[in-house]
Amino acid sequence: MPGERGPILAMRGMSKRFGSVQANADVDLVLRPGDILGLLGENGAGKTTLMNMLFGTYTPDSGEIEIDGRPVAISNSADALASGVGMVHQHFHLVPRLTVLENLMIGRPGSGGRLDRRGARGKLAQIADRFGLTLDPDTLVSALAIGEQQRLEIIKALFRDARILILDEPTAVLTPQEADALFDALRAMAGDGLGIIFISHKLYEVKAITNRAMIMRRGKVTATIDDIGAVSERQLGELMCGHEIRPPEKPASEPGEALLTLREISTEPGAAGEGVPLRAVSLEVRAGEVLGIAGVSGNGQLEVAEIIAGVRTSASGELTVAGQVVVYPNPRAIQDLRVGRIPEDRLGTGLISSLPMSDSMVLPRIHQAPFSRFGVIDRKRTREFVEHQVERFDIKCAATDVRTGTLSGGNLQKVLLARELAFDPLVVLAAQPTRGLDVGAAQFVHERFLEVRQAGGAILLISEDLEELFLLSDRIAVMYEGRIMDTLPIEEATVQKVGLLMAGAETAA
Amino acid sequence: MSEILGEILQVGFFAAILRIATPLILATIGEMFSERGGVLNLGIEGIMLLGSMTGFTAAYYSGSLWLGILAAMAVGALMALLMGLLTVTLGLSQHVSGIGTTLLCTGLAFFFYRLIFGQPSLPPNVEGFQVAPIPLLAEIPLIGPLLFNQFTLVYLALLLVPAAAFLLNHTSWGLSLRAVGENPRAADGAGVSVAKMRYQGLMLSGMLMGAAGAYLSMAQFNAFTFGVISGRGWVCIALVVFGQWSPWKCLAGALLFGFVDALQLRLQASGVIEIPYQFFLMLPFVLTIVAMALVSRSAIPPAALLVPFRKEER
Repeated sequence: MPGERGPILAMRGMSKRFGSVQANADVDLVLRPGDILGLLGENGAGKTTLMNMLFGTYTPDSGEIEIDGRPVAISNSADALASGVGMVHQHFHLVPRLTVLENLMIGRPGSGGRLDRRGARGKLAQIADRFGLTLDPDTLVSALAIGEQQRLEIIKALFRDARILILDEPTAVLTPQEADALFDALRAMAGDGLGIIFISHKLYEVKAITNRAMIMRRGKVTATIDDIGAVSERQLGELMCGHEIRPPEKPASEPGEALLTLREISTEPGAAGEGVPLRAVSLEVRAGEVLGIAGVSGNGQLEVAEIIAGVRTSASGELTVAGQVVVYPNPRAIQDLRVGRIPEDRLGTGLISSLPMSDSMVLPRIHQAPFSRFGVIDRKRTREFVEHQVERFDIKCAATDVRTGTLSGGNLQKVLLARELAFDPLVVLAAQPTRGLDVGAAQFVHERFLEVRQAGGAILLISEDLEELFLLSDRIAVMYEGRIMDTLPIEEATVQKVGLLMAGAETAA
Repeated sequence: MSEILGEILQVGFFAAILRIATPLILATIGEMFSERGGVLNLGIEGIMLLGSMTGFTAAYYSGSLWLGILAAMAVGALMALLMGLLTVTLGLSQHVSGIGTTLLCTGLAFFFYRLIFGQPSLPPNVEGFQVAPIPLLAEIPLIGPLLFNQFTLVYLALLLVPAAAFLLNHTSWGLSLRAVGENPRAADGAGVSVAKMRYQGLMLSGMLMGAAGAYLSMAQFNAFTFGVISGRGWVCIALVVFGQWSPWKCLAGALLFGFVDALQLRLQASGVIEIPYQFFLMLPFVLTIVAMALVSRSAIPPAALLVPFRKEER
């Protein structure tokens, strides 16, 4: 039972500063064998920084780390691994062009410099036996599905005899069923006496898998919960964001005519490793409706968004906006048909990092009234517009001409929203609109979308966050390998059904 | 035409291919190591030239050709160290750093040569490497004179290829180097020092490039001239792509270049086709481009090639 033995890990007084940002201030953490400790906090709360100090990626400004009661100095990942600390990063640290086995052997001394493939195979089989984590050693990592890559990351840590395992938002890339399998493996590891730190901001998951939790806000520990069963999800959420959370109301809405229609859209296969081709994708989003698209990342959602935004051409099929067939889709034509676009990649596709924020906000319409006349920019009108939007959307910036790239994720998204919603769009195309945003900012975005819906706009919401999809959507379409598996009315959709479709099951039985 | 062909396709011709290909094998394998670790070493042309000059000078004054080779390798490693400082430690553009290194090495080579030898009307020369036939094996018909009656450096270059393949694919050092070139963050997470691996890859490349340059001035021409490298370094950059970053395919590329170069030399000498000789000189380079265009479309470079790695990045 946890608690009977001494702590496997104790971190005391950990502090780290990045420039003017105090990412961690005097943070303590205790982990016992068999613990699954939930580390909760919004973006920028300092969870990842704390873990990166434990794993040697960042050097702490101050603080000490004890493992098994002995102080350890961890100044790089080699030290961490030697001390028994393994980390599964949010973005996998794998080499796609090497095999599973080779990935496991990186950084391992071979026997006399030679790679010890046989020994590695044996150890991999042992791990499979002990924790039920299996993978074919000779498969190239590039051929593994996302869930399998994550399994490899966990195996990698166990391969290095990790006794403390850190998982940074591990379920973000998994279907609900895959997440359940992950939880089973984690329980097996905890039962084996490992200590697990589970970073997440999904409250129901923390409730489901952890036995203790620690909540961070603005670089500090704001609460520690020693019995997760004693608190509700809602309480956890309020501790996490520091104020009450009320999910936005979704009023009833009677959908009208179809404003956005994709008919049998297919695309050519791209270069190797570049997404999937779309296969006869048909969709319809009606006025006053939110259509959600669910799917594990990389199953064609990005391609659908790019087709509608006019930045990718289809091989066949038809795109219709408000009854008008778009013959030569391009970004400006799409904009002129009153489609607002919130791209997934805010600072790459959406905004230009090096431009002043005020320019970013007007760039797509800079060629037309009210922003320019006869090709000359009307600075006064432009400034008025930007100032109005900054106020309306409560964009936090020192001045309207700060470099766009210096804004926080939430403010960047507000700039995009302000820009795309300002001219009463008929259709809003939003891809991962709240990814990386904290609870408050996400809620703001959701409220704006529901406003558009109330005003009779059509919203296509592409998201990997099922909670968000279930909150906003009127219907949910599920994509798998470039196809729409099924479209379910929200009343019929359940997490289980959607999860099965996301994994490629033909019918959501 | 057939008698020209008959004259060309002799054992001597094939032996010449190997001799011509040797410096290219050395430098291409060197460049391959550097690139597998994620660093494009465009210093190659200059490092070869400086190695050629250094090796020649050391051999000229010491009387030992092997000492010359060692000196060339040492200076190559030194220049690779400079490349490492610029591209790995400082994280500067690998293109600019490489071209800068080539210009610097070229300048240094010319400067020191002039300082040491002045401006002689006839370039000083050394008694270059002699063929070292391997007893018994050299007696085998056809294969003997072709493979076993060569300079020692030719043997070494040929042995380098399987050695490089073994090093890359079957040692933990090789796996670390490949990991660093594909995904440095993953390598770092596994406890591999990205900087150390990249420096080592670079230094190995510098040594091999230095040796390649020295071969030209001590085995092929037995003298140092300013045009001794004449673009061979750039060819090696192309050969690495042609060879898809694999030692054996790099060897194939070097041999192909050697073949065309040997062929054009014979054609030039035969005097059958009367056009200015520069045309023939151009042939191997044209062929390199054509071969690259045909073969390299499918080549996938190491994923982290040209990308500097910074550890504490947020």
